[in-house]
Amino acid sequence: MGYVPNTPEDQQAMLTRLGLSTLEDLLAPVPENVRLRRPLELPAALSEPDLKRLLNGMAANNQNLDNWISFLGAGNYDHAIPSVVPHLQKRSEFVTSYTPYQPEVSQGMLQAIYEFQTMICQVTGLDIANASLYDGSTAVVEAVFMAIGPGGRGEVVVSEGVDPQYRRVLRTYAHARGFSVKEVPTRNGVTSVEDLDAAMSPTTAAVVVQQPNFFGCIEDMTAIEPVAHRGKSIFITNITEPASLGILAPPADYGADIAVGEAMNLGNAISYGGPACGFIAARSKFMRLMPGRLVGQTVEEGGKKQTGYVLTLQTREQHIRRERATSNICTNQSLLAVGVAIYLAALGKQGFRELAELCLQKAHYAFRQITAIPGYAAAFSSPFFEEFAIRLQVSAQKLERHLEQSGIIGGYPLGKNYAGMEDCMLFCVTETRTKADIDLLVSALKEVQA
Amino acid sequence: MSVESLIFEKGAPGRRCATMAAMDVPTEALDRMIPANMLRKQPAALPEVSEIEVVRHYTHLSQRNFGVDTGFYPLGSCTMKYNPKLNEDMAALPGFARLHPLQPDSSVQGAIQLVYELEQYLAEIAGMARVTLQPSAGAHGELTGLMLIKAYHEHQGQGHRNIVLIPDNAHGTNPASATLADYRTVEVKTDPGNGGIEMDHLKALLEANGTNIAAIMMTNPNTLGLFDSNVAEIAELVHEVGGQLYYDGANANAVLGITRPGDMGFDVVHFNLHKTCSTPHGGGGPGAGPIGVKEHLVPFLPGPLPAKGDNGYYWEDAGPQSIGKVRANNGNFGVLVRAYTYIRTYGPDGLLHVARSAILNANYLRQELSSDYEIAFPLMCQHEFVATAERQKAESGVTALDVAKRILDFGMYAPTIYFPLIVHEALMIEPTETETRETLDYFVSVMHQIAEESRTNPEIVKTAPHTTPVGRLDQALAARKPNLRWTPGQEVTHS
Amino acid sequence: MANLNHPTNLKYSKTDEWVRADGDQATVGITDYAQDQLGDIVYVELPWDGGQTVSHESKFGDIESVKATSELFSPVSGEVVKANADLQDHPELINDEPYENGWMIVVKMTNPAELDTLMTAKEYEAYLQKR
Repeated sequence: MGYVPNTPEDQQAMLTRLGLSTLEDLLAPVPENVRLRRPLELPAALSEPDLKRLLNGMAANNQNLDNWISFLGAGNYDHAIPSVVPHLQKRSEFVTSYTPYQPEVSQGMLQAIYEFQTMICQVTGLDIANASLYDGSTAVVEAVFMAIGPGGRGEVVVSEGVDPQYRRVLRTYAHARGFSVKEVPTRNGVTSVEDLDAAMSPTTAAVVVQQPNFFGCIEDMTAIEPVAHRGKSIFITNITEPASLGILAPPADYGADIAVGEAMNLGNAISYGGPACGFIAARSKFMRLMPGRLVGQTVEEGGKKQTGYVLTLQTREQHIRRERATSNICTNQSLLAVGVAIYLAALGKQGFRELAELCLQKAHYAFRQITAIPGYAAAFSSPFFEEFAIRLQVSAQKLERHLEQSGIIGGYPLGKNYAGMEDCMLFCVTETRTKADIDLLVSALKEVQA
Repeated sequence: MSVESLIFEKGAPGRRCATMAAMDVPTEALDRMIPANMLRKQPAALPEVSEIEVVRHYTHLSQRNFGVDTGFYPLGSCTMKYNPKLNEDMAALPGFARLHPLQPDSSVQGAIQLVYELEQYLAEIAGMARVTLQPSAGAHGELTGLMLIKAYHEHQGQGHRNIVLIPDNAHGTNPASATLADYRTVEVKTDPGNGGIEMDHLKALLEANGTNIAAIMMTNPNTLGLFDSNVAEIAELVHEVGGQLYYDGANANAVLGITRPGDMGFDVVHFNLHKTCSTPHGGGGPGAGPIGVKEHLVPFLPGPLPAKGDNGYYWEDAGPQSIGKVRANNGNFGVLVRAYTYIRTYGPDGLLHVARSAILNANYLRQELSSDYEIAFPLMCQHEFVATAERQKAESGVTALDVAKRILDFGMYAPTIYFPLIVHEALMIEPTETETRETLDYFVSVMHQIAEESRTNPEIVKTAPHTTPVGRLDQALAARKPNLRWTPGQEVTHS
Repeated sequence: MANLNHPTNLKYSKTDEWVRADGDQATVGITDYAQDQLGDIVYVELPWDGGQTVSHESKFGDIESVKATSELFSPVSGEVVKANADLQDHPELINDEPYENGWMIVVKMTNPAELDTLMTAKEYEAYLQKR
C-alpha cells in the first residue's frame, strides 16, 4: 500500500519473530483513553493517475507567470532559470539526503554549501555567510538577534522602506522576545536621514535599511552609514533583490556590518513564495554569533590529509547550546542554497552583471514610456533599480482589473501598506519582460485614463 | 574517489554557461540612472565556467553524497522515509511552481484551495481546530506555538507566566525556542523505569511554580521512542495550574490514525512535514512546520489564513489578536504541495498502515539488535528506539561514533548518535515504514558484524570509515582555524 | 579517572578551575578533568587586555570545544594582571598542558584568604568521584 514495501506476509513473519499476532498488538503501550477508534476523516486514497488528474486540475486553476505577463515584484522577482539548474539541483542524492551529520558521505552537499557561502560573500563583499535561513524576513530577525545579544533587550530602528511583510515579522518576533522596534519614515521614496538621526538613541542596537528598498528606490547608504553606526548600533542591510548586486555597490563597500535578504529568486522556482532561501553575510568579527549551519574546509585526520568539508562551529547551535542558544534554527533551506550556487555558477561573473543591466535598462525604458502617458506620474524622483512607483489617476484596484483583461498582472498596489498611496502602483520589470511586453502594458495603461 | 576541486578552481576568463535575454530596449547611460557612489566598482568575482564544467562539477558532487535514494537512512528523530517522485512532479507543475505570492486571490484559486484542504487534513490528523501553514520548519513552528501561548496568557491577564517545562530528553530546538520567546526553561526528569516523564518530579515542579508556568513542551512518543501512557494525566495536571501543552510533532509518524495530540490533551501541535509527510530533506532543508491549535488559541494565529466564500477561495486577514506574521508570504508552498499529494495518496487507512508499519519495523530491529547491543529501554517501542554502544565501549573502547562510522562502510547511513543526551553512547534508530524486510535484515547483519569486530578487531571500527570518499575529518582544525569560504590563492587548510 | 592528573600543589574549585598561588599572584587555568570532558578545545575568550576586576566565582571568560561550550569562573577576587596570549592561536595548549603552558590568567589577589575555601587535589578527586 502506498510506499510501504512489506506485504502482509512479510509483516506477519516479522510479527511472529516478535511473538505477536497482529499489528494491533504493537499498540499495547498506547492507553485506551487516548486511542482513536474511528478512521481519520480524510478523503480515500487515490492512485497515482487519479491524483495526477486531480492536481493537474488544481494547478490549471491558477494563472501562472508563464501564461500572464507580470509586472509584479514587491519582494519576489521572476528571473529566468537556466535549464542546467533544476537538472543538477534535483539529483536525488542532493534532494533525499539530510543534514551532513556524517560528513564522510555528505561531501557533495557540504562542498556545494561551502561554494554557496563563498558566492554570497562574493556578491555582498562581506567575510562570512551561513548555509541559509528560512527566508529574507526571518534573516532580518536573525541579524537583529545578533545585534540585540543574549539579553534580548534593546531597540531596533527600521526604515519604512523595508518590505512591509518583513517589518510585520520583525514586530512579531520583537514582541515575543522583548525588544522594541522604531520605524523611520521615507521621503521621496528613500529613508529620511534626518528622521533616522532623530530616531537613534543609546539603546539602539541595530538599524535596518533595505537596498533597493520596497519602492524600488536606491538608498544613499553612504549618508546613512555614519548615522546607523551611532553608539554601538549595528548596521544591517536587507536585500530582497540580490540580482541588484550585479550593478549596485555591495554592502561591504558602504560599511554594512551584516547583510541579509532573499536569495530564492536566484535559481529556484518562485513557487507562490516558498520554499524560500534567506541568506546572511557578515564581517568576520561576527563569526561566533552567526546563526544556523556553517560549512568549513578542513583536512582528513591521520595520514592522507585530503581536503574535506564539515559543519563547524556547531557550539553556536541549538543542539549544543539548547536554552543558551541565540537562534533556534535547525532545518534550513539547503537545497535552495544549492540551487542558488548552481545558478550563480551558470551565470558567472559576466552573466550576473548582465542580468542586473537588463533589469535596470528594461525598467527604465518602461518608466520613461509610462511617465510619458498623461495621467501617469512618477511617485518619487529618487533613483531606482528595476521597480518604480507610479501615481495613477484611478484606483490601483481599478487598473488591476483592466490590465487582467489584456492578460497582464499589474504592479503591486502600494495602498495596501502605505497610507496616502491608494492611487499608487509599484511596477517591476525584470529581464523576463520583452520590449513587446512593456509596449503592451503601455497601450493598456493608455486605455485607462481618468 | 579523490578530491573534487571547487567550482572557483575551474573554468577560465571569458567562459560562459547561461546566456541572457536580449537587450531589446533603447538604453541609457548608467550614470544617468544610478548615482556613482551606489555603483558597483568591480564585478562580483563569481566563477567563469562553461556549461559542461558546471554539469560535471555538480554531478560529481551529487555522487559524493548519500541520500535515502542511495540506501538505508535510519537517522533517529528525522524520519527519513522514501520521498515519492509523484510529489516532486506535482510541486513542479507550472500551475504551482510559477505563481507569484502576491498575485490576486482570484488568479490562484487552485493554490488557495490546496492550502485550505491541507489545513483541514492536518487539523483532523492532529485533533485541532485550525492550522497555520506559515512556519518553515519544526523549530520555526515551535517558536510560533510558544508565541501563541504567550499571546493567550497575556490576553488572560496571565502575562507574568515565564516558565516552560521541557523533558531532559527533548530535542535542543525546544529549549532554544523557549529562550527566543523569552521564557525560562525548567527541565523535567525522565523516569528511569518507564522512560516517560517522572510524574513525581513533574508534580513537584507544578507545585513549586504553578502560577508561573506558561507551558510544557513534549513529544509523544518521546525521543526514546516510548509512548508516555501518563499523557492524559499530565495534560490534566498542567491545565489545572493554568499552563498550556505543546506537542512537538517530530515523532508523529508513530501516531497517525492511532491517537491524536488533540485527544491526548495538547493545545498546540507542530508537524514536521519533511518527516511525517515524506517531503524530501534536501540536504538540510527545506521543511515545513505547520502549527495546529485548539479553538481558544485560534484568534492569535498568524495571518492570513485560507478561507472559502461565495466567490471562491481567498486569504482572510488575521484578526486584531493575531501575533502577526512569522515569515513573509504563505509558508513553504512547494513543500505543502508535496505533503498534500502524500496525504491523498494514502487516505485514512493508508496513514494508519504507515504508522503501524513504522512501529513494526522499529520493534523488529530493536529485538534483532538486542543480543549485540544494550537497548536503553528494552520495552515495546514506537517508531524508533535507542540502542547504545555501552557494551562495546566497556569491552574494547569502541564508541557510538566508531560504530556509526563503520556502518558507512556498508553502504548505509548511520543512526543518530549521542542523542538523547540522557543516554550514554546513544544510537537512535528509526527505520521508517518504507524499508523492506531484507534491508532491515541486512542492517542487523552489519550491526552484528560490527559487534563482532568490536570484540575481535576493534581497530577496524575505531578507524572507520574506510570505503567512503573521505575518511574522518579534523573537526578541531575546522573550528580552530575556521575557513568558511574560498579566497583566491588559498592553499588547502593545513594543520 | 585514573589517567587524569591533578597536581597536589594546586587548589581546585567546584567549577573545575585550578589556582597556583605565588605571593599575591594567582595563576588560574582549568583542570585535566575539565579539558578531558570538553574534548578538543577550539577557542577561548579571555580578558586579553588585562585590568579586568574579577571576584570569587565570577565569570572571566568562555571556552569552546568541538562539542561543548562552557563559562570560566575565577576562584579568587582581584585584578587580572595578564592573560595567556598564546591561547589565541593555540587553544590546544589547554588540552596538552592544562597546568603549564595552558594557563589562562594571572590575578593579583585582593583576598588571599579565599584560597582556603578551595579544595586540595585529594578533595577535588573525591568530588569528581561523586559527579
